[in-house]
Amino acid sequence: MDTFAALAHGMAVAVQPMNLLYALIGVFLGTAVGVLPGIGPALTVALLLPVTYKLDPGGSLIMFAGIYYGGMYGGSTTAILINTPGESASMATALEGNKMAKAGRGGPALATSAIGSFVAGTIATIGLAFLAPWLVDVAVRFGPEDYFALMCVAFVTVSATFGDSPIRGLTSLFIGLTLGLVGIDKLTGQARLAFGVPELLDGVEVTTLAVGLFAVGEALYVASRRHHTEEKLEPVRGSLWMTKEDWKRSWKPWLRGTMFGFPIGALPAGGAEIPTFLSYSTEKRLTKHPEEFGKGAIEGVAGPEAANNASAAGTLVPLLTLGLPTSATAAMMLAGFQQYGLNPGPLLFAERPDLVWGLIASLFIANMMLLVLNLPLVGLWVRLLAIPQPWLYAGILVFATMGTIAAKPSVVELSMLAGFGVLGFLMRRFDFPIAPVVVGLILGPIAESQLRRALAISLGDPMTLLQSPISATLLGIALIALVAPFVLKGLGRFKANED
Amino acid sequence: MTSGDPVQPPRRVDRAGLVIAASLAVLAAVLVWDARGLQSAAMYGMGPEAMPVVVACGLALLAIGNFIDALRGNLPARESADPVPVVLVLVGLALLIAIIGFGGGFILATSALFVTTSAAFGRRAILIDAIIALVMSTLIYLAFDRLLTLSLPAGPLERLL
Repeated sequence: MDTFAALAHGMAVAVQPMNLLYALIGVFLGTAVGVLPGIGPALTVALLLPVTYKLDPGGSLIMFAGIYYGGMYGGSTTAILINTPGESASMATALEGNKMAKAGRGGPALATSAIGSFVAGTIATIGLAFLAPWLVDVAVRFGPEDYFALMCVAFVTVSATFGDSPIRGLTSLFIGLTLGLVGIDKLTGQARLAFGVPELLDGVEVTTLAVGLFAVGEALYVASRRHHTEEKLEPVRGSLWMTKEDWKRSWKPWLRGTMFGFPIGALPAGGAEIPTFLSYSTEKRLTKHPEEFGKGAIEGVAGPEAANNASAAGTLVPLLTLGLPTSATAAMMLAGFQQYGLNPGPLLFAERPDLVWGLIASLFIANMMLLVLNLPLVGLWVRLLAIPQPWLYAGILVFATMGTIAAKPSVVELSMLAGFGVLGFLMRRFDFPIAPVVVGLILGPIAESQLRRALAISLGDPMTLLQSPISATLLGIALIALVAPFVLKGLGRFKANED
Repeated sequence: MTSGDPVQPPRRVDRAGLVIAASLAVLAAVLVWDARGLQSAAMYGMGPEAMPVVVACGLALLAIGNFIDALRGNLPARESADPVPVVLVLVGLALLIAIIGFGGGFILATSALFVTTSAAFGRRAILIDAIIALVMSTLIYLAFDRLLTLSLPAGPLERLL
């Protein structure tokens, strides 16, 4: 089997002592930052991107894998202990997990979420390892028009199909597309939307946008509504370990969650929200203890947490094989690749198999490290949660601006960071989703260049988009995905409630 | 975001929504205005001006969509917001930018941001926070500038180290 050989080769790369150390640092930093309230995995990756600037690509990507998975683990700890989900995918976890913590069962909640994440992450990473080469074979046959069509699907699903309001989702996407236009046009060398400012010629930096929207925007938002809620940290009381009963009630939800998470994450369908809520409602239906749901049912933590992690590994499938980010976190990972001039896709599998398979192998290792690190060190993470809010957000802002200061210490860049912070604040306040902006910024220019390449090959005939069967099918899917939410409006989607 | 005290009854024109729609329309106009200055150098297919126009059309449509939502009062209910801390954090960011811009260095700039943010979140012990901020940013500066060799802007304080 090709996959086994490639994976074994990747393992050999990943277990080199230096790379193990990078993975360990990544896992540690990822958990430490991810555990801070209000910080989801995407922001964790964005904040820690500058730390990896000076490493070689291999080591940096391995550290990245650790940060990514660490951020996910850290996020669920926060969701359970203070009911502040850093991202909507942790909401189901917060729903049941926080109730468990309040009832003095915080330990088992943390344990089932950690072990479930491990099980799901491992199965999903195996899925990734076997699905990726197959998808690479398909992707090699893609022409530029097919890539363009694929990106249209991603645009629509990320922004319109699954959100609360397709109009607001698309608005976010188009703000991102507009930002993606800024800078020198690569084909003709003409400046677009630069308004004579030299710093804008290079375009908008993805990390500046992400850190501005997520970190600064979140800090402003929390500051504006500080008078509303007081977060309460639940102490971890009692045993950390799961009882036999807990195990019995957890293992099926873990597997079912994985089955929801991985395929939905692997499809360019955007985000882990759908699988986590699917898993939550399934467990609610199948459980033998329906009376416990809403009051701290362990199935309600085990299933969604597994779904969340499995879908995170799932989003790596389109990211690595097609270069297609379908979540804010995946977009940040793509930015991580791009800082070394690497473009994920079929070519990267052929040219740098050591990088790609080293990354996949280190996902296994990061997962293992997290399981070992997380449960014994939970006391340390809890202490991080106890940092008083003023210092916490002040520290987050210092770190957020530090990344920009280190990358580009210019007044223009920092003003953009502040501007994006205000934008992020307003978008939160008026309930516009944030992820489509990041995806639009990073995918917009790629989609444009693919379209222009396709039209140049066809001598300007737009029918080329419909003549390729792949492209025609994908554009059809995109159209359906765009129209469906308007048609189905009122059919009541599962709406998340924070309380 | 979906919960909280409902501020306005439904079916009322949402003024903030109108502003959002207007901003989107202005953004679309800026895109078209900027695209007019571009020369289409492509022999076949689309030039650099095509995409901005497409995006502008999308923004214009969305401006209309947001406008209708605002007229119908379809925006989600908002909680009341306290503007004072927001302004304080923004003042902190402005201070940071100004100090970096005038060569004050990393430590002073981030310390200013730390103290103002901390005050925005309700701390009143400004002197203690200032000391904490100075120590912390000095440590960060040493760790990143010396150990990770990232170049952070140096000012009077950094030159003493």
